[in-house]
Amino acid sequence: MSAYAPTRLRRSDRDRVLVTPEGIALPFTLSGRGTRAGALFLDFAFISILMIATTIALLTIAGGTIDMLEGASDLSALGHALQFLFILWIAAMFLFRNAYFLYFELGPKGATPGKRITGIRIAARDGGRLTAEMVIARNLLRDIELFLPLVFISAASDGGDAGAAGVAALLWFLIFAFFPFFNRDRLRAGDIIAGTWVVEAPRHKLAAAMSVQGAEEASAVDRSPDMRFSDEELAVYGEYELQTLERVLRDNRAEAVLKVQETIAGKIGRSPAPDADEARRFLSAYYTQLRARLEAGMRMGQRKADKHG
Amino acid sequence: MATATRAPDAIEAAALRSDRFRLEREADWKRLESIVQKMEKGRLRKVSDEDLLALPVLYRTVASSLSIARETSLDAATLAYLEGLVQRAWFVVYGPRASLGSWLRKFLGGGLSASVRGIWPDLLVAFAVMVAGTVVGWLLVESDVEWYYALVPGGLADARVPGASADTLRETIFGNQEQAGMGAFAAYLFSNNAQVSILAFALGFAFGVPSLLLLVQNLALLGAMLWLYSGAGLTLEFVGWLSVHGTTELFAILLAGGAGLHIGRSMAFPGERSILQAAAEAGRRSAQVMAGVILMLVIAAMLEGFARQLVDDTGGRLAIGGFMLLFWCAYFFAFGRGRGSEVAA
Repeated sequence: MSAYAPTRLRRSDRDRVLVTPEGIALPFTLSGRGTRAGALFLDFAFISILMIATTIALLTIAGGTIDMLEGASDLSALGHALQFLFILWIAAMFLFRNAYFLYFELGPKGATPGKRITGIRIAARDGGRLTAEMVIARNLLRDIELFLPLVFISAASDGGDAGAAGVAALLWFLIFAFFPFFNRDRLRAGDIIAGTWVVEAPRHKLAAAMSVQGAEEASAVDRSPDMRFSDEELAVYGEYELQTLERVLRDNRAEAVLKVQETIAGKIGRSPAPDADEARRFLSAYYTQLRARLEAGMRMGQRKADKHG
Repeated sequence: MATATRAPDAIEAAALRSDRFRLEREADWKRLESIVQKMEKGRLRKVSDEDLLALPVLYRTVASSLSIARETSLDAATLAYLEGLVQRAWFVVYGPRASLGSWLRKFLGGGLSASVRGIWPDLLVAFAVMVAGTVVGWLLVESDVEWYYALVPGGLADARVPGASADTLRETIFGNQEQAGMGAFAAYLFSNNAQVSILAFALGFAFGVPSLLLLVQNLALLGAMLWLYSGAGLTLEFVGWLSVHGTTELFAILLAGGAGLHIGRSMAFPGERSILQAAAEAGRRSAQVMAGVILMLVIAAMLEGFARQLVDDTGGRLAIGGFMLLFWCAYFFAFGRGRGSEVAA
């Protein structure tokens, strides 16, 4: 963990390191439980929409067929046509219920539309290849985790005695719904059986390099003695503060820049900047020099995690 | 190799050594990103052969950039970008071998058979339980007819109730050719049976016990009906009626129960492995079996919906059922034995 510890500002108990077959330690962040629940709801919404749309479409076709064949007075043809539509309907419902997750999770993105929207995907827990068997296994288990108790509950509320069966179904549902809370890696039952887990799939754009963002600014900085900081002035901060400063500079919001400049200037005994432009120049110079200093330290094997370290 | 897109003076202008490092390598990163992006969108054809060949090399280059950057750079945005990029490239390089067709070919050409053979101890147990379930069903109904109504759900029983005359029972077995809606019936049966066997598999998660209970319950029903028909002297006819699809369907249920049991057993007795690892290994093998089960149920439903109604004599029905049984046994236990060990998941 410590080898790459300061690369991100916030650490959480969801961070995992996976060593690839090439021996590269890849950091992953496990998906949050809320995110996964959100993804599931989205997927259910999509499946419901698909089911309803298919049903309506098939009913419309059935209606059209009845109209068309009424004149022909050929009842057996009508029967065959309707029967075919019924088979189509059953097959479609079965596929939506079982193949929706399979199809999308086997795709190159390893995620259903709901997961894609929430920015998560599935991966093999052992760092190897995600196989078709894993995807099949984790999705078959979904049946007992979700669909079965739902069917139970609806069946129980249809019949008179909702009591015992309803409670049992609810209990069952709760056990599986809260499964991810009882293990470290937030696995649901299907993940355990399949050997998979759900991780965040972040998309980052490559941001501009900090020390070339405005070359003339930088050269002006170099010449001005106001913008040169001594070792003591730079020694007050560490990597954590550096990366916070980076974020402030990249966001470039005037009030934040002014406030941070005031804080830093106060800490090292300089005067606060008169306007946002000046503050930005100050921070940018301070950032570059602090980073140069800290990175030089890194190369010598000396790291300073934050202002306390 | 410095593949700089920016003018060299831009690299010179960068005040920080780590920014110069980054600017020198940026082109490679961007190239990898565009390849990965195309592959993620499934537009494999848009990726040129050169890019495809370069992918593994680029992946390693960027991965090594990442490990260097971690040790030398404090640019959080660049590090986050690199981590994300290496992750995405890793998913592409080690993602699922997408083609469903090639998986299916491997699956039917030995993968399924090998997996079925891999869970043979569980299949034996499941088989014993199924036989026991049938016997129990028979004995229960024999000792007290009331049990029949408990075992056989009302909708299924229909005319098949204790005390029905032999002729009535015979009618339920023969002479259904005129029945309309066979196809729809078959589709419905498949959908229903598939959910039941998925259940039998998935319940293996609770150490296999519910899987076995489900097997007992389903087969007790069979035992009860067997008792009913044998009382009317229709044993052979009933077996023939059942065997058309039953050999396939019961085989599929056996496999599903065995697959569930396999998971349960691996979790209860993981041996040297960790319990999670054992569950994952068993789960993957069982999932293959389950894919086969679904396939068998499609065939069973078609046999039940069409063949059984169209073939109306016991001899023909027994021939079909017997042939299917033989076919499945040969496919699962004899097919591809030689390469069995290498394809076993």
